[in-house]
Amino acid sequence: MSAMETAPAAEGRTPLMTLAGVSQVFDTKAGPIHAVNQVDLSINPGEVLCLVGESGSGKTTAARMAAGLAKPTNGQVDFDGTDIWSMNRRDFSTFRRSVQYVHQDPYASLNPTRTVQQTLTAPLLKHGVVKGGKAAAARAAELLTKVDLTPPENFLTKYPHQLSGGQRQRASVARALTLDPKIIIADESTSMLDVSIRISVLAMLGRLRDDLGVGFLFITHDLAIAKYFGWHGKTAVMYLGRIVEFGPTPKIINAPTHPYTRALIDAIPEPDPDLTKTKGLGSLRSLEIPSLAHLPPGCSFHPRCPLFEGGLCDGVVPELVEIRSGQSAACHVVARDGADVLRPDPPAT
Amino acid sequence: MVTTTSPSAPRAVRGGQGKPLLSVRDFNVEYRTGAGTTVQAVRGVDLDLYPGESLALVGESGCGKTTFGLGLLRLLPRLGHASGKVTFNRGDGTEIDVLGLDGRDLRQFRWRDAAMVFQGAMNAFNPVLKIRAHMHDTMRAHTKATRKEIEDRAAELLRLVRLEPARVMDCYPHELSGGMRQRVLIAMSLLLEPEVLILDEPTTALDILTQRSIVDVLHEVRERLGFSMIFISHDLSLAAELADRVATMYAGRIVETGGVRDMFYKPRHPYTLGLIKAVPPIVGDLPDLESIPGGPPSLAALPPGCKFNPRCKYATEECKAEDPPLVPVSDQPGDGHEVACIHYKEVHLDRPAPNNELGTAS
Repeated sequence: MSAMETAPAAEGRTPLMTLAGVSQVFDTKAGPIHAVNQVDLSINPGEVLCLVGESGSGKTTAARMAAGLAKPTNGQVDFDGTDIWSMNRRDFSTFRRSVQYVHQDPYASLNPTRTVQQTLTAPLLKHGVVKGGKAAAARAAELLTKVDLTPPENFLTKYPHQLSGGQRQRASVARALTLDPKIIIADESTSMLDVSIRISVLAMLGRLRDDLGVGFLFITHDLAIAKYFGWHGKTAVMYLGRIVEFGPTPKIINAPTHPYTRALIDAIPEPDPDLTKTKGLGSLRSLEIPSLAHLPPGCSFHPRCPLFEGGLCDGVVPELVEIRSGQSAACHVVARDGADVLRPDPPAT
Repeated sequence: MVTTTSPSAPRAVRGGQGKPLLSVRDFNVEYRTGAGTTVQAVRGVDLDLYPGESLALVGESGCGKTTFGLGLLRLLPRLGHASGKVTFNRGDGTEIDVLGLDGRDLRQFRWRDAAMVFQGAMNAFNPVLKIRAHMHDTMRAHTKATRKEIEDRAAELLRLVRLEPARVMDCYPHELSGGMRQRVLIAMSLLLEPEVLILDEPTTALDILTQRSIVDVLHEVRERLGFSMIFISHDLSLAAELADRVATMYAGRIVETGGVRDMFYKPRHPYTLGLIKAVPPIVGDLPDLESIPGGPPSLAALPPGCKFNPRCKYATEECKAEDPPLVPVSDQPGDGHEVACIHYKEVHLDRPAPNNELGTAS
């Protein structure tokens, strides 16, 4: 049995972190840019929340707000029931320790002049997790074992440039683990890795989730990766700063209720020559993604949406409403007619 | 070597006259890495590309895919050196020894006979020239076309890749989105009607819907213009989508080649098998995936024997003795499926038959 199948059911627990109605507006010469608009999310302990979307959809901005790296223009980020921006210094520092970030490019995020041991022991000593260099080195070795860099002695003295891409990303995960985080925010953490290595890094992250009960905010543009890593968790699909669909990952992948999610899933090629022939662009009305500075009125997907209805979709912004149990979408047409309108015909062959 | 171009899709085919369009024998590329030291990035590749065929080169990064593509077009950096034999059969029956070309003839070969679409569309353009200037420069360097002819040809190709010529021609590269740039690049590469197009990671770093539109555009222009293509990709899904034939590269060699359905449903090299098992499909239930342990070997310190043996679960002592040659898969004669593995008879993809049911509302 793979580590992927043993995720604990996280229903009914109080969320560790909630983002309530958060927005981020950047003021630019071209006018305000609504990078993230009215987003609600929550992460439970030991649960995976996947944030999926194309570039410019606001995934990373949302993650930066969750990590406390950016202050939302509107809305509130709660950690353990407290608003992080009204915390005192000590609580804020606890929050910072509990939420760790793993970046996309480990070559850029690891200090090239430090060995793996120096990288791992610095936070341990700085935050007083262990006392003394010897204890810190022992703890560093233990962390490397957790991320499958074994035997640790072979890696402690290495510099980032001496490691392969997969090893580097494992080292940056080990660094994120130094302070016993409760949540890891993984921002496209596997997208730079070769396919052959990606799965083993994901399996390692899955084991951390199960063994250490770490919650994940997992950001990716690749729905297949979200499916694999977040199968037992939830997925939120973002488009131009808003969440357009949210629900349990298997539902999002196999029975989407928003036309945008449907279009994405229909467009992704399959590693299977016969199956991939059933894929296509469908009846999308346009390929152009509107600019964030000039969002179309109403539903921002309407200029591209195959279900577009004049008067309905270009008026008000649709709310995220529950379409099926636990699965909600922000679409006027689906909210009115149900999710069956998304696939009136059998798949074209 | 037999081609397995799908007979069900009749399409315009040019060049070759029954012979392979591009025939590569014992192709090697080495890079000088220091005083008197070299590494072999491509080792003894034999390959035939037939007219109208689409060949995918797949493999992890660092296995020599891009070097091979660059070597075919004589675009290697100064420290790289290609040897072996590359023959290009022009439509008019003349044979060209690509590695022996020089000066004018080399310029003629490039772009007119074979063109390349590079990875990272932004870096392939001159940032201070408008798209119009790129088009004119290319055409003027290779033909005696008039201004009007160039404008018409460029507009025709831009429309073929679903772009509005009036909108695009006067743009600078940075004014276009990633997908538009990639489409302009494809249009530009087709200006001189090359018979072979080499695409290096044509859709990497593009968004899903944009990626899909590029794939559709490639299907369409190939149908229309009937060129052959070699595309280099680490994305197996893309190979499944676009290729007639697939070749897996590992440590600078082709370790398996065959028709796209053979390669995906009946892979016989442990490396191809491993790659297929590592890619998550999007439809259906949670798949059982496996990764390939370890990483590709350093080209400066290749293991003895089969280069894949340290990572291979089928490996035995014999594998360390000799690097196996590419041989036809004996139980499937005549379909061009070849594999370089002494244990290929034990290698099978045990996966349930593909489920054609797309996830519908349930």
